[in-house]
Amino acid sequence: MSGARAPVEFDLAVGDTRSLNRSLHDAAPDGGAPPRWRIRNPGGRHALCVGMDAEAALEVFGHVGYYCGGMNQAAHIVIHGNAGPGVAENMMSGSVRVKGDASQSAGASGRGGLLVIEGNASARCGISMKGIDIVVAGSVGHMSAFMAQAGHLVVCGDAGADLGDSIYEAVLFVRGSVGSLGADCIEKEMTDGHVERLGGLLAAAGVEADARSFRRYGSARRLYHFHVDRADEY
Amino acid sequence: MSGSPPDRRWLRASASFPAPVIAEIHRAADEGVYDIRGFGAKRPLPTFDDLLLLGASMSRYPLEGYREKCETAVTIGARFARRPLELAIPITIAGMSFGALGANAKRAIGEAASAMGTSTTTGDGGMSPEEREASKLLVYQVLPSRYGLDPDHLRACDAIEVVVGQGAKPGGGGMLLGQKITERIAGMRDLPVGIDQRSACRHPDWTGPDDLEIKIHELREITDWELPIYVKVGAARVGYDVALAVKAGADAVVVDGMQGGTAATQDVFIEHAGVPTLPAVRQAVEALQELDMHRKVQLIVSGGIRHGADAAKALALGADAVSIGTASLIALGCNRADYVEDYHALGTEPGYCHHCHTGRCPVGITTQDADLEARLDPEQGARRLRNYLTTMVLELQTLARACGKSHVLNLEPEDLAAVTVEAAAMAKVPLAGTDWIPGGSRE
Ligand SMILES: Cc1cc2nc3c(=O)[nH]c(=O)nc-3n(C[C@H](O)[C@H](O)[C@H](O)COP(=O)(O)O)c2cc1C
Ligand code: SF4
Repeated sequence: MSGARAPVEFDLAVGDTRSLNRSLHDAAPDGGAPPRWRIRNPGGRHALCVGMDAEAALEVFGHVGYYCGGMNQAAHIVIHGNAGPGVAENMMSGSVRVKGDASQSAGASGRGGLLVIEGNASARCGISMKGIDIVVAGSVGHMSAFMAQAGHLVVCGDAGADLGDSIYEAVLFVRGSVGSLGADCIEKEMTDGHVERLGGLLAAAGVEADARSFRRYGSARRLYHFHVDRADEY
Repeated sequence: MSGSPPDRRWLRASASFPAPVIAEIHRAADEGVYDIRGFGAKRPLPTFDDLLLLGASMSRYPLEGYREKCETAVTIGARFARRPLELAIPITIAGMSFGALGANAKRAIGEAASAMGTSTTTGDGGMSPEEREASKLLVYQVLPSRYGLDPDHLRACDAIEVVVGQGAKPGGGGMLLGQKITERIAGMRDLPVGIDQRSACRHPDWTGPDDLEIKIHELREITDWELPIYVKVGAARVGYDVALAVKAGADAVVVDGMQGGTAATQDVFIEHAGVPTLPAVRQAVEALQELDMHRKVQLIVSGGIRHGADAAKALALGADAVSIGTASLIALGCNRADYVEDYHALGTEPGYCHHCHTGRCPVGITTQDADLEARLDPEQGARRLRNYLTTMVLELQTLARACGKSHVLNLEPEDLAAVTVEAAAMAKVPLAGTDWIPGGSRE
């Protein structure tokens, strides 16, 4: 048995952001078992656990500021608290789980991996997403999935105004109400294939919800080419 | 009434509605959508041409042309970065996206810049392996679109440039028309093939200078404080933007004047938004001086830089380096009189082409079409660009030596005079033959 490594404790009341991130980046893999970290007293600090590029299990106990888990690759990060703007921005792979609520632009421009928000997410959740999967157990604010290019946004609660404005090929699943749909975003048929795909995402996120109770939204693809008669929509 | 042509002496063109304006109204009436094009502003503007270098005289000793050294090396980004960029010449290659440019153009640019000891820059579309391989010093752009943004590329580059805006379109996002979105480009940008791509004008996860400070901090943390971080702004409210970029923690600020080139932007934007490069340099330098950051945070100036004289004047006004886009493409062969029939097919002539947006570049530079791209031999392109950069440096040194400077960064406003009242006011240097600076003297 490779055996789980004993977690390394890091107290941000003692060490600072720089020494935490440096230690995380420098941590060498040890005989195959990914390192584990327990990070205490984050105190809303910004840019914690950013730029991870190896497998590791990180737990942060408390609230974090901007960009926690930014550009994550391969690591699995759990935030036992709320997250500030841009949590898991531009994530490539691995996962980030927020046990509380997340502020604006959660998962912005993410290209891969799984972001789970157990509470609610504020405005622009999944803005510019490019392949990331985002599962929000609660609701999301306005302009979520703005210019969303690829990946999935799953909202178990409600979505605010202008959902999926100027969306490309990302797929949106919402269980509750939608304030309004943004430009070029339309409701689409929920096929068995989509139910199955959504079921997989919910299971991966560990969120209990009946995939059949969701509606699907995506791009009408009317803005894919400049066209004189669609000028009002640009 | 006869149908013979009129006596041309009696034809009077309207100053308000000259032929190009009439043609544009006709085009708009036919198509119902704005004109999108490449290249930079075509309108006349006050430029560095309106400034002159004074050279030496009784009270200033010149340096010997071929014997006395005139240094050109500059260091960019020593404010916070552990690995600042050491450039052999104060002329860099501006960000031009892979997508707008083909792979051969990117390779040629990288090889020429590397041979000259200077940097080149990625663009709105991520880093291509050809570019990284060819470029010894590569600046990686972080743009509002975030196309292809990859932390591995952040760690693999030599400096990071956070793009807030571009001179050709301050406040506007990128555009790449469907004909250029090939499978490879679409893959790098996570977009469907063949669509007209409109990229964002604001970053998705920050707004305003306070957020930018946190963003820059995050980029430093990701790259372990190794790399210089630039902030690029389109010249608009230059004084504020430069001061705020400094406050946000930039190591260097790139100010791109309104003449700055583009691969595809609305013509109305190119011609009618922003501030020309000439006053922008002076405003940027003043902002840095006010903060006691001149020469500590480097100023890189772009937008319509064409030769060593432009570079010399920008440096004399206080810039640390200049950056070129359009001129580097012209050196590669843009607007050269080869494949003339293909210029005609685009409805243009060599010397007038601004058709980068079409993807049908007659000389294989701004295209993704394999046949057209094959027209640009990267080796020959690199050789031409190197020759051009060498010429620029020689011109710059010639002028600096004539002003008695042993380093090009020793050029100063005192070496300049203006030939128009406008340029004197914008650059805050005296009108030639007077000691008058309209609007008050430089401090
Ligand atoms: C073909 C082309 C593509 C460009 N693409 C980008 C880009 O991706 N990102 C960016 O910040 N600027 C882009 N620019 C602007 C240049 O970085 C630079 O600001 C400008 O070219 C400077 O002005 P100049 O062309 O007069 O030298 C592009 C310019 C050209 C000509
Ligand atoms: S020759 Fe090519 S690079 Fe030059 S303006 Fe025309 S299309 Fe653009």
